[in-house]
Amino acid sequence: MPIIKEKTKMKEQDPKERIHNFYEVALGYSPEEALREADRCLQCKNAPCIKGCPVNIDIPGFIKLIKDGKFDEAIQKIKEKNNLPGITGRVCPQEEQCEKYCTMGKKFEPVGIGRLERFVSDWETKKGIKLPEKPVPTGKKVAIVGSGPAGLTCAGDLAKLGHSVTIFESLHKPGGVLMYGIPEFRLPKKIVENEVNYIKKLGVEIKTDVVVGKTITLEELLDEYDAIFIGTGAGLPRFLGIPGENLNGVYSANEFLTRVNLMKAYRFPEYDTPVKKGKRVAVIGAGNVAMDSARTALRLGAEKVYIVYRRSEKEMPARNEEIEHAKEEGVEFLLLTTPVRITGDENYWVKQMKCIKMKLGEPDESGRRRPIPIEGSEFEIDVDLIIIAIGQRPNPLIPQTVKGLKTTKWGTIEVDENGRTSLDRVWAGGDIATGAATVIAAMGAGKRAAADIHKYLKTGE
Amino acid sequence: MERSIVSDGDKMYRITHKEELCETVKLFDIEAPLIAKNFKPGQFLIVRIDETGERIPLTIVDTDRINGTVRIIFQEVGKTTKKLGMLKPGDTLQDVTGPLGKPAEIEKFGKVVCVGGGVGVAPLYPQAKAFKEAGNEVISILGARRKELIILEDEIRKVSDRVYITTNDGSYGRKGFVSDVLRELLEKEKFDRVVTIGPAVMMMAVAMVTKPHNVKTIASLNAIMVDGTGMCGACRVTVGGETKFTCVDGPDFDAHLVDFRELMERQKMYISEEIRATEAYKEELESALLSVYSLLKQKKG
Repeated sequence: MPIIKEKTKMKEQDPKERIHNFYEVALGYSPEEALREADRCLQCKNAPCIKGCPVNIDIPGFIKLIKDGKFDEAIQKIKEKNNLPGITGRVCPQEEQCEKYCTMGKKFEPVGIGRLERFVSDWETKKGIKLPEKPVPTGKKVAIVGSGPAGLTCAGDLAKLGHSVTIFESLHKPGGVLMYGIPEFRLPKKIVENEVNYIKKLGVEIKTDVVVGKTITLEELLDEYDAIFIGTGAGLPRFLGIPGENLNGVYSANEFLTRVNLMKAYRFPEYDTPVKKGKRVAVIGAGNVAMDSARTALRLGAEKVYIVYRRSEKEMPARNEEIEHAKEEGVEFLLLTTPVRITGDENYWVKQMKCIKMKLGEPDESGRRRPIPIEGSEFEIDVDLIIIAIGQRPNPLIPQTVKGLKTTKWGTIEVDENGRTSLDRVWAGGDIATGAATVIAAMGAGKRAAADIHKYLKTGE
Repeated sequence: MERSIVSDGDKMYRITHKEELCETVKLFDIEAPLIAKNFKPGQFLIVRIDETGERIPLTIVDTDRINGTVRIIFQEVGKTTKKLGMLKPGDTLQDVTGPLGKPAEIEKFGKVVCVGGGVGVAPLYPQAKAFKEAGNEVISILGARRKELIILEDEIRKVSDRVYITTNDGSYGRKGFVSDVLRELLEKEKFDRVVTIGPAVMMMAVAMVTKPHNVKTIASLNAIMVDGTGMCGACRVTVGGETKFTCVDGPDFDAHLVDFRELMERQKMYISEEIRATEAYKEELESALLSVYSLLKQKKG
């Protein structure tokens, strides 16, 4: 059989079309395309790809089943390890994980593992989701705080083991960052709802509108539950700390995206929540959240959208795919540039942003070259909307309100490799323990904590 | 039987009681047992009426822990509050979240002045009550544009040693502003703390009046919010040169340090959208009325 060097392309909406709608950009494989891509897998005995997967999916195993046309069995193989395949198939940075270790990738393009995962997940959704056999109830109760990727994964795994699991979510819809943060055109909310429903069907109860630390305290939960997992994420937006940052027309990426994604402001006034649609928009930062914000601003009708980033293209933290998508859609990149002041008009509305050019110096503690301002290089750009996407810090609500819970100097909850915190019967994982990271890393943490919670509930240790 | 904290969460947020305090100001009791249980004066809640609704912060006036209800008072301003005002006892709300924000600092300070304007008197009431219970001498100053907009007067009287009332048009109490009364009182008496809740412009005036007398003054800010849990920063406000989030760092702040100009400008951010939504809602209501009317006409015919 001849070797196909390149990944089977996935159809996408045309950039000219898609900047006018919120529909998904990537359209997924057809069965023929999936079969063709699955055929590229060499079925390596040592399966190096698996070591790149934070939740240890049997990758050659599920691809073999696709090869054999057994799509139904392929998705079950994935679900042995991953309860949210429709989500991970879309938002995992596979190029840094499974696909990075793919043998094919050494000489050619790696196998499109993520695309295949997405294909079988969508296949199952279309055909109707199968549930695993009901486990024998253990009589143990676990409370999960937060319904993002970490919480959903931990909950799903524990429910499959027969524990009675309740998730407490502070917002009105479950999903955490999957609902409020990642835009519809990258992760349709219908997919999130389907996968949340799957977790519910496993027996997990989800209580929305409950802010743990306010509506009920962690101590109250400890009275009623045998174990607690905290997965409250990195919800606290960071700001630049420059003059003019509180002018009207300056958003945190969290606010901008929450208004559009969770509250559906792109359908205002059918939905009641408004969002400001800028004509000339500057997004500060170059991570995935920045790309999401820039592309959302375009879809809301912006004429010009800039990404303003203090380092060079090489250091941009966003996935290549997202950067490419943003470029295709016409986002302009102002690199080696940092804002120093925002000025407003007489109505307290953003009018201009003063920036300074940067050069790269010696590497800093993150290993990336430190940006240094170039004196006298200031310039101004006219903007009417600014979105600040320079990262999020851990949600402080629980660390602040729970006595005896040890935290780090970054505000994250201190945990061991199994997610155990300094408090008895309390585990934590995901961004609240690591600082802002990826969906799949949070899922991996949820999974490890679930295994350890199970061990504790079984043995008392 | 001991009730599980979890099963309490299963309740629908049902409206059990409604009062019309005046044409545009309504009072609701809503079933929300967990919020009723953990509420402390100074805290607020967030309401979403239905699936397409926005999240709006509303103030809590009182709670009934036995029946598991919270009492809210709100003024109909835009579409969401108008829509809320049309609901009846027995109707349910999609979402009620709380109690949010930091509780007010309630201690025995000595002589405390509570200054409330308009519906700001609603969240002021539980604070005045708590100050009284903590052993303070409580002096309350209530203000509104006109007589019918003065709310909770009887309740405030019960927990205050003295009450002053002002209306802009002089239709009740003294003609003028709450800050006028406060200024005069400050010239004659010494106070240990002033707490003010109402429109931003009123709280700013109160802060300006108390500043020269060096009386610690606390304002409860009413910024625009989305999640109410510190996640978005919509409600950020400058206090003493630092950016704070009203929802988690407040809503109470030292009024002498608050940048009220910024707060007022930020409150205006969505005025054009508010007008658009309210107009569309009015049209929706009118066309609904018209179709009912034509149906009735057809039946008669």
